[in-house]
Amino acid sequence: MSDGAALPPPLAQPRVKVPEQASAGELITLKSLLRHRMDSGNRIDGSGHPIPRLIINRFIATFDDELLFSAIVEPSTAENPFFEFTARLTRSGTVRFLWIEDGGATVSIERTITVT
Amino acid sequence: MSPLSRRRFAGLLGSTPVLAWRPRTAFAASPPRIVIIGGGAAGATTARLLAREGGERLDITLVEQTARYTTCFQSNLYLGGYRSLDALTHDYGVLARGDGIRVIGTRAVRIDRDERSVHLDDGRRLAYDRLVVAPGIELMYDSVPDYSRAAAERAPHAWQGGAQLRLLKSRLDALQNGEHVIIVAPPDPYRCPPGPYERASMIASLFRRRGLPDSRITIIDAKPSFSKQALFEAGWHRYYPNTIEWFPSDIHGGILSIDIEAGTVETDLDTFRGQLLNIIPAQRAGRIAREAALTDASGFCPIDPATMHSTFDPAITVLGDACIAGDMPKSAFAAHSQARVAVASLLGELLGRAMPPPRFGNICWSLIDEGDAIKVGGSYAPSGERIGSTGSFVSQPSDAAGTRASNHDESIAWYEAITTDMFGRDA
Repeated sequence: MSDGAALPPPLAQPRVKVPEQASAGELITLKSLLRHRMDSGNRIDGSGHPIPRLIINRFIATFDDELLFSAIVEPSTAENPFFEFTARLTRSGTVRFLWIEDGGATVSIERTITVT
Repeated sequence: MSPLSRRRFAGLLGSTPVLAWRPRTAFAASPPRIVIIGGGAAGATTARLLAREGGERLDITLVEQTARYTTCFQSNLYLGGYRSLDALTHDYGVLARGDGIRVIGTRAVRIDRDERSVHLDDGRRLAYDRLVVAPGIELMYDSVPDYSRAAAERAPHAWQGGAQLRLLKSRLDALQNGEHVIIVAPPDPYRCPPGPYERASMIASLFRRRGLPDSRITIIDAKPSFSKQALFEAGWHRYYPNTIEWFPSDIHGGILSIDIEAGTVETDLDTFRGQLLNIIPAQRAGRIAREAALTDASGFCPIDPATMHSTFDPAITVLGDACIAGDMPKSAFAAHSQARVAVASLLGELLGRAMPPPRFGNICWSLIDEGDAIKVGGSYAPSGERIGSTGSFVSQPSDAAGTRASNHDESIAWYEAITTDMFGRDA
């Protein structure tokens, strides 16, 4: 489920909650959580050295090829970014969640929804 | 409205006479009788301090059902392998032998406020002129879906010392590499606010020492944030990278079910898996306080902050985790501090001593890794009808290593001091 060939250590398996089934036009809630330190670049380590910035700077959720939700994420965001949003779907398809880290590494996960 | 009052009803039953019943106003003729329920940080401290200050002018009885008392405070260090269980276990021998305190090693089952007596498990009743209620907490097992007192034998809470603590330790010591622990952390208010997070730190430290690099700890929290959070999280990143994962209530969305045999905790967000579940449920005041109608809707006991008297009964003092101590957390340090104020108040009322202005203090230390302890603390005073904060301090992420090491030394010294206050020491 990971796109990046050589993901750096902070990127880990995401957790998402997506209903497997929904009625057409029903308001559904989608949740996603990625474990990530979100180092702001402003912290120092135990020996007094700055910890370089390394954050998830972009989060994108798509439904097939349509954009459902996206966010530009800034360095002051808390670790383990969590996104919760709602959508109304009119047909079955695949939701794809994509996280992009500084430096371009990515992680993604997909879930299909059957709309009746 | 009833023609049969509670007192008359008890009289009609007439089974057990009240021991040594005397009129309440007979203080001058014979020493006032003070009964203390609970031999923990609040109760034991109260007993010994009253005995020291009041001598033979007070008749002091301590009711504590366990002969050997394992302190909850610093018990996480036992889980991590930094303290032995022996070092955390104490008895009431010195207290009973030398201090003029009658120690009754049975369970107090009921308080009769009309009769001013405490009913014991063995059928006896103890009459009191003043009662100190320090029973600690009662766990609300059903606050976590599918959890129960029986289930705690397989998924220990280890939040009340003793057998549960040993059970959790033996289970931790038996974990294999790649097996995981899930800690379910309770909602406020509860005993030892930093406790679940110090516990996660100590378990991670144990993983490292035991060589379990692939084992993880997941905390499913009933709260959206926790005590000393930034300090804990910095420590976890530093000492135990990718080992401890914390899920606040607003992200996991609530626990839907647990299955102890399968080792799963199902939340609204996801299902978490672990071979060992440590489930710490919600808490309220000890049962005996609740059944004596000393609690309010919060489940804890409101008190007068100047005296620690129950707001429902001026003959009763409520101390420690069972009381509503305003800005003070539920900790052994806080309970000990409240005991000192309560003793000063009782000495004033019963022996006419001058009472100093009531002031309280607290420090909670948490060990993150060997030689790195953080602390949070404060001073407190009555503020209107509650105990309010008058100042506070907390460790900083930028603390020097030496500061963190001396925090730990300070916590060990404090442990020796408070347990000496509680239990005494052999000469």
